[in-house]
Parts: sequence; structure tokens; C-alpha cells
Amino acid sequence: MNMKIMVCVKQVPDTEMIKVDPVTGSLIREGVPSIINPFDLNALEAALQLRGEYGGNVAAVCMGPPQAEEALRDCLAMGADSAVLISDRVFKDSDTLATSYVLSLAARQFGPFDLILCGKHSLDGETGQVGPQIAEFLGWNQVTYVSKMTRTEEGFVIDREMEGGIEKVMTRTPIVCTVTKTHYEPRKATMKGKLMAKKAHVETVDSKTLNGLDTGRIGLVGSPTSVAKSFVPPDGEPGTVIEEPTAVESAAKLIKLLTKAEAI
Amino acid sequence: MVKTDYKNIWVYVEQKGGEIESVSLELCSEGRKLADSCGERLVAVVIGAQTDTACSSVEETGVDEIIYVKGDEYANYTTDPYVIAMTKLCEKYKPSAVLIGATSNGRDLAPRLAARLRTGSTADATEIIFNPETEDIDWTKPSFGGNLMATIVCNKTRPQIGTVRPATFKRAFPGKKSDLILTREDISVPSEEIRTRVLEFIKDEGDDGSKIEEADVVICVGAGLKSMDQISPFQELADLLGGMIGVTRPLVDKGFYTVKRQVGQSGKIIGPKLYIGFGISGAIQHTAGITSSEVIVAVNNNPNAKIFGCAHYAVVGDMFEVASALVEELKARRNGKS
Amino acid sequence: MSDDKFDVIVVGGGIAGTVASYLLAKEGLSVVLVERGNFCGSKNMTGGRLYAYSLEEVMPGFANEAPVERKVFKERISLLTMDQSVTLDVRSPKFAESGNDSYVVLRSSFDRWLGEKAESEGAMIVAGYRVDDLIVRDDKVCGIISNGEEMDADVVVLADGVNSLLAEKLGMKKPLRPEHVAVGVKEVIQLTRGEIDERFGLSGDEGCAWSFFGANTDGIQGGGFLYTNKDSISIGLTCNLQKLSEGSKPLMQLMNDFQSHPVVAPLVKGGNLIEYSAHLEPEAGAKMIPQLYGNGVLVIGDAAGLTLNLGHKVRGMDLAVISAQCAAQAILEAKSREDFTASSLRKYKDLLDVSSAIQNIEARDKYLEFMENPLLYNAYPLMIVDMLARLFVVKGGRAQTIFDDILKNIEALGKNQIENDFKAVKKL
Repeated sequence: MNMKIMVCVKQVPDTEMIKVDPVTGSLIREGVPSIINPFDLNALEAALQLRGEYGGNVAAVCMGPPQAEEALRDCLAMGADSAVLISDRVFKDSDTLATSYVLSLAARQFGPFDLILCGKHSLDGETGQVGPQIAEFLGWNQVTYVSKMTRTEEGFVIDREMEGGIEKVMTRTPIVCTVTKTHYEPRKATMKGKLMAKKAHVETVDSKTLNGLDTGRIGLVGSPTSVAKSFVPPDGEPGTVIEEPTAVESAAKLIKLLTKAEAI
Repeated sequence: MVKTDYKNIWVYVEQKGGEIESVSLELCSEGRKLADSCGERLVAVVIGAQTDTACSSVEETGVDEIIYVKGDEYANYTTDPYVIAMTKLCEKYKPSAVLIGATSNGRDLAPRLAARLRTGSTADATEIIFNPETEDIDWTKPSFGGNLMATIVCNKTRPQIGTVRPATFKRAFPGKKSDLILTREDISVPSEEIRTRVLEFIKDEGDDGSKIEEADVVICVGAGLKSMDQISPFQELADLLGGMIGVTRPLVDKGFYTVKRQVGQSGKIIGPKLYIGFGISGAIQHTAGITSSEVIVAVNNNPNAKIFGCAHYAVVGDMFEVASALVEELKARRNGKS
Repeated sequence: MSDDKFDVIVVGGGIAGTVASYLLAKEGLSVVLVERGNFCGSKNMTGGRLYAYSLEEVMPGFANEAPVERKVFKERISLLTMDQSVTLDVRSPKFAESGNDSYVVLRSSFDRWLGEKAESEGAMIVAGYRVDDLIVRDDKVCGIISNGEEMDADVVVLADGVNSLLAEKLGMKKPLRPEHVAVGVKEVIQLTRGEIDERFGLSGDEGCAWSFFGANTDGIQGGGFLYTNKDSISIGLTCNLQKLSEGSKPLMQLMNDFQSHPVVAPLVKGGNLIEYSAHLEPEAGAKMIPQLYGNGVLVIGDAAGLTLNLGHKVRGMDLAVISAQCAAQAILEAKSREDFTASSLRKYKDLLDVSSAIQNIEARDKYLEFMENPLLYNAYPLMIVDMLARLFVVKGGRAQTIFDDILKNIEALGKNQIENDFKAVKKL
């Protein structure tokens, strides 16, 4: 049976390159390249593999500023069949609940889907909440931290990556899954895929064209949580420096100090 | 919604077969402080097929009340029955906050529960403080790979839900309260409403069950380790101190250790009694995972290594030489004593 | 155009590759530019000076729009000994006149801009792909292979830099030999705009280009350079690879010594090193020029050996533009005949031969032999600096005339040697 899969992607600043203004505590975004949240690429890879095995199609959906279209083109280059950009200034400052609400509306408008895949969390906010909350708004089941999905006659057998091991669960579609990296290292787009993606159509919706949108449930107003402040993690007090002429002497001194501090 | 209708700090106690997740006990002790500072009661919520053992452990943390839900549908955590039960409890008792351990299952439960209650949820907090001015909780969490801390508030709705990172707070067992209230709630969930079935749990290969997050001593080795042939002084040191070896990401990438031993923001967050880092430069990715350690020792031949900024003891020297010297010194001392 | 075959595939998104793509796409050909880095210029981390005349012909007025750092208003040449120096400072409105103008550019942003220009004309850039091999059928290049994926085209243009392995694989180019290449190190050092203006006596968008000879290369054939960007400087050294390996100091050591020289140290003081790169550049003039065309293939830019390092004038970018122009014209003519064989594409070499690019390079060959003279890099600078230094020293005893001084120095070096060298200069 063909499967219709929606993959949620987010454009994030590359955290490897990020710098924070030590005075204001805000991010210096300038010169920091935007990338697709790496875990979302794992989700896309999982979707492409499922499509490869069982047939169907994959839609990449992104809520973000107009520049996020680039992220969607990268998804198309990797093999997504279609792409939807949800972009409007009124979505600004949406928290996970408001974001999930918007994505759930998109899932209804561009579906019906059998599966919605998200990355296990985003590199910037690191919450991992959007997947489960989309599931709630759609009334679907959810499976988080998915490392592997195998289709069976009754549905899916899914591996969840847990502390200390793998939990195998069984469930039926429709499901929202949040995907980990382990088995879904993203493929590299082909050159032809890239060329095709440059010309492909990216569907764009805004607050007016997103069906059924209640504007009271989006943006800062519609978000139950907000960021009160952000700051750079403070440096600790400098500790005791041990720099004896030889390693043996340094070691002896350290052990003396640790013993005194009752750390050993 | 009237915020003041909502009272009391709840801790969701994650357990299976009577074995409580360490983070839940940590939250009971931190929740105590939170409840005291806002003048509310601390309530533990225990859900499971068996709850007796868990309840008696939780009693010792000094909670004011335990609410427990017992039933076979709760034998394994799955999203549906747990969300249904927690929703019913929240609707009935109207807690002001629900603290949940940021385990895989905790992070499965919290956002879904929050969405069903149309309230806010903060993920993976490392600091929870009651703000008397706003009467909201300030949830502080790392973001952007630990580069930035963000303080999140849920100031319009209740309950305030959040997951809290394991090993951030210490457990404490001041003892059972004499006026502890134990309440049983019967919530049964029909099997057709449970959409996920747990088939089995496969323990990680080579995993003896010991978790680096729970080790008292962690000897952490950085990329200076070029091959596993060089591990012996560090392993010996770990054995002597009754600890475990942890590593930074490059060593996991090289295949020396599995990700279970990776310490840092994208690996395990640890808070041992003693952490000794060898040849670790101190990228925020790593240090964000060790700051709750009681004593941090860093050994690095670069006197300007970043890790020295968060170390209690900064040993300037070659990682291999210092490790071997520590092993010899410890052995000598123990032989002297015996 | 079919989806499977393009008119032209250009390999390499430097100046030659982007300009060729721009020109070809502008004429309506389907062009794919394959770049190894994440964007054009991303592998080209540092900067240098672009003489504008040739790009001006391709894109009139480009400097108003392109991300150039500064326009060169000031040229300086310094001769260095270990602790002495002579500096010539030339400031002339002529440098700014259209046709004479030159600009300091940082290649990562400049090449990216050129890439965008090519894209705006319809060229398609696929970035992040290394071309591993070429498809060759019946002795004709028919396309490229990257990561196992094939892509076909009538013509493949190799603009993949000095170390073009693809041209080597085709046998069009011999592997580089150490004596035929210079190795360059470049650093970009961040300073404030104000610091740069003050240290170099500049204002507004004025820039300075500075070359150094003598002790900075420890007597090895080569030289130093410094260009002012907006808020950083590009500084570096180039040394003949062969001579460097025979010398006693490694390149990094030379670079450190260069930056601690009393003339240079105050220029870089307090700056923040933001980028570092090392690369090769061809140095053997016409000898280095490979076979430039074949069935279905052309070689342009640095890959074609088209650079010219005269010490005080380092050229490559302007020549890259010329080669791109010649290649584009040849391909357009080939396209009109639908004949992409070597004999049809030979037009590229013909155009190049009559262009200033090749003529300059051929002229340089004589110059090159002269430049190989080691005295140029130690004894002569020392002698000149010494003499000029003494000119300003006043002390007791009988005063020496400059003439005495010159004679003394000539004697010290050996009269025959100097006579020969002087003849060599006259031949140039």
C-alpha cells in the first residue's frame, strides 16, 4: 500500500558556528549559516526509505521565514515529492504548542497523511515537543525517539531508542514519529536532484491561506510559554592550579587535595 | 482560567516494577524546595501496575502527599493511558506545576499532556525557581547546544509543565512526613484506547546495566587518546576509584566507545561526586554535561585549556603521565594502609 | 535542452569558472557549474588583488555592485634585510582611472557574487560536489562523474585550479613539479577600519597593495605581499617549492619571521588571525601551460597555468577572466557548428594566443630565468638597502661618496656576476 508521509523540517542556525554576545546575551546570527535541523534530515531519510520500500510520497513541510524555502529545496533535492512553506509574520514567537497547532492544520490541508515524521528535537530549542503535540492536535498516536520502523501486516514495529536499550513497540497508522539518527543517516542529494529542486514548485501558505486557522492560537498571544530572558552560561570561579615540576609530584599533590576535600 | 485556582507542586514519579527512575527522586527533593518557597504542598504521582514499593520509596523524600493510580494498563509506559490518567488527575486536582524527569518517556509524556491541557511545557530544564514577583516558575534550560541558557515562563495557563534533566539535582531522603496523605485514584483505560503495545525491551549489548549517569566517579578521556592501546592507565585509575570511563564525542566517532559513554550535551549529562577529565579542551558541548559534578578535576598540558575555567582542580601536565602517576600514587597509598 | 544532457558543464567555481558560466548562460546555453565547496569561493578563503580591465569588459561597472574590499590607490614595494628596509611608496590618481584600476577582493565573497551573477543569467550551480572523473567515450569528453553519478554535456570546461587532476587524468597536463610551482601562505588578519586607514595612510575605500622582497624569503626565490581589505588585511608569502625544500627554514617559520620584521610588525600588531590558507600557484610561465583543448574539453584559469607572478605584480584573476572569455567565445562558435571536437574547440587557443594573457606569459619566460638568480633575493636587496642606509648615516672620519660605496659593493659581489645580471636586465 502506498503511504503518504509528511516530514516536518525546521531551519536552524548551525550551532557549531554560533557565537553569543557576552554583553547582551543574545545570539549573533550574522554570518551564521542556516542549516536544516540535522535530526529532521534523519526523519526525511526515514520517510524516503519507507517510500522506497512501500511506495507512496513524501511531503516536506516547514514553518519559518521566507528564506526557509531554501531548506525545502534541499529536501526536494534529497527526494521529497513536494514541499510546503508556512510563512507569515504573525507566526513569529510561536512556542511549541502554537507551532504544533499550525503544523497540524497543514497536515489536514495537505493530507491526508498516514505518517508524520519529525526529528527527535531541534538543534536550537532542543525541546522535542512539536512531534507529540502535532499528534495531540490531530488525535493521532505518537512514538518518540524512533531508531527504526518496520512495516508489518498489522501496522508498524518500531524501535525506540531508550536509556540502556531498545524498546520494541507495535502500533498502527496514522502515527507521528520523532526519529533519531542511528539508522537514518541522511543520503546526499544527487546533482540531478539538486538541479531538479532548483526549478521545483514550493507551495507557500500564509495565515490567510492556511485553512481553519484561529489567529488567537498562534504567535506570542497564542503561546502559553515565552522566553523571559536568555543569557550566556556563566563561567565558574577559577579553581586550584596544580603545576608541579613533574607529573608524579602533581599527582601526589592532587591526591592530597582530593583526600582533604573528601572527594576520594 | 484563573491561575490562583491551581495549587501544589506535583512530581510525576516514573517507575517500572517498583524501580523508580533516579531523576524522579531528584525532583522530589528539588520539588520540596519549590513547594516551600511558594508555600504549596508537594505531591508525588505514581502510576503503574504495581505501585506499593515505589510509594514507600517516595515517602522518604518528604512529600506531603502521594496520589497513585494502579492498573494493568500501566504495566509499561505507553503514551495513551499515561496521558489519559495524568489529564484526569490534573483536571481534578488542578496542580500549579507538574515536574517530570527528562527521560525518553518523560519527554514523550510532558508535551502531549501539555497539549491536551492546552498549557505550556518546558523541556529539559536544569534550573527551576519560583519567582515571587510573577508567582510563576522560571524554568531555565540550555539551548543552542549549550551556548545559550533560556529562561522560559508559562505565565498565562496552568499547570506549568516541564521536564527536568536527570542528574541536575541531588536526591535527599529526610524521611516520611507524619501527616503524609496517601490517595488512590482509580482510572481505568479501555484497551481499545491504547494504541501502542510494548513488545520487548532489548538491553544494549555489552551493557552491564551500569550507567555512567549514575557512577560516583567518572574518568573522562578526550581526543588525546589515539588508540585503545593507550586506555590502560585511565581504566586502572577508574577501577581504583570505583568509577567508570567516559569519553568525548571524537572517541565515540572513532568507535572506541559507544554513545552510552559519551559525556556532554549530546551524550550523557553526569553529576558524579568526582569527575576527572584527561586531555579535554573544554568545548561547551562537553562541559555543559559535567557542571553538576561535585568535584571537577581537569588534566591538560595546555595551561589555557578552556576546561580549567570550570575545574576545581586544574592540573597542568601530560594526560598519560599524570594518569600513570595517579595510579602509582593511589596504589602506594593503599598498600601503605593495608 | 533535455534533462539528461547540458550544453556545458564547468568544473570549479573560481573566477574563471563563474565568468565562463556567466558568459555562456547569457547566450542561452544550458550551463551547469559544479563546485566542490558549499558555494562558489567557499574553498577560496583568502584574498588578493584583481586588475579590473578584463572583468570590466565582461561586466561593465562591476566594481559598483560587487563585494570588492578596497580600490587600490597606493602601491608600495619594500626591500628588506633582517633589520633594515627601503620602501617605495607610489600614490597616483592614475591607479584609479578606468582601465588601470585594481581592487582588493576577498575571494570567498567575491567568487560567490560572481556565482550569483552566473545564476542570474540562468547558469545552474550545484555546490558541494567533487568531480571525481570525466566520462570519456570514443576519445571525446562527454561529461562528468561525481560520487558515481554521471552527467553529460557537449563540452566540459575544467576550471578546477592549479592542481587540476582532471586535466592530468586526460593527459593534457603533466603533474606539477616542485620547481615549477610556488607555494603560497596567506593569512587574513582582522583589524578595525580605522586602524587600517591609520597604519596605511588611507581613507574611505582607498586600498594599498604592498610587495616585499629580500630577507623575508630567506634568500629563496619569492616574495611577500600585503593587501588592505575593508577591515582586515591579507598578508602572505610565496616561495618556489623546490627552493623552499632546499632551504633551511620551513614556510611557517618564514611567515612568522616576515610578520615580526620591524617594517611589518606594526602593520599587523594587535590583529586577530581569522583565516589561514596555503596553496600552490604555477610559476613556470609558458612551460606550464598544458594542452588547452581536446575533444569536448577546455582548460581555463589557473588550471591552464595562466598566472603571472612578477613579484610586484601578481596576476591570475585578470588572466582567468580572459581565458573564460576566450573559452566562452570558442564554445559559442562550436555550438553554432554543433562541432565540439578538438579541431573546433582549437579556436580557444587561437583566441588566447592573440590575447594579452598569453603574450604576457610568454614575455615572462625570459624574465623567469632572470628571476631564478638567487642574488636577487639576498645579495642585491642587502646591497641596496645597505647603501641607502649608509647614505643617511653621519659619523666622524672621512665621508664616503655614494660612488665609493657602489664600487665597494660591486667588488664584494664580483664584477662579472653583476655585469652578467645587468645584461640580463637589458634583455628584458
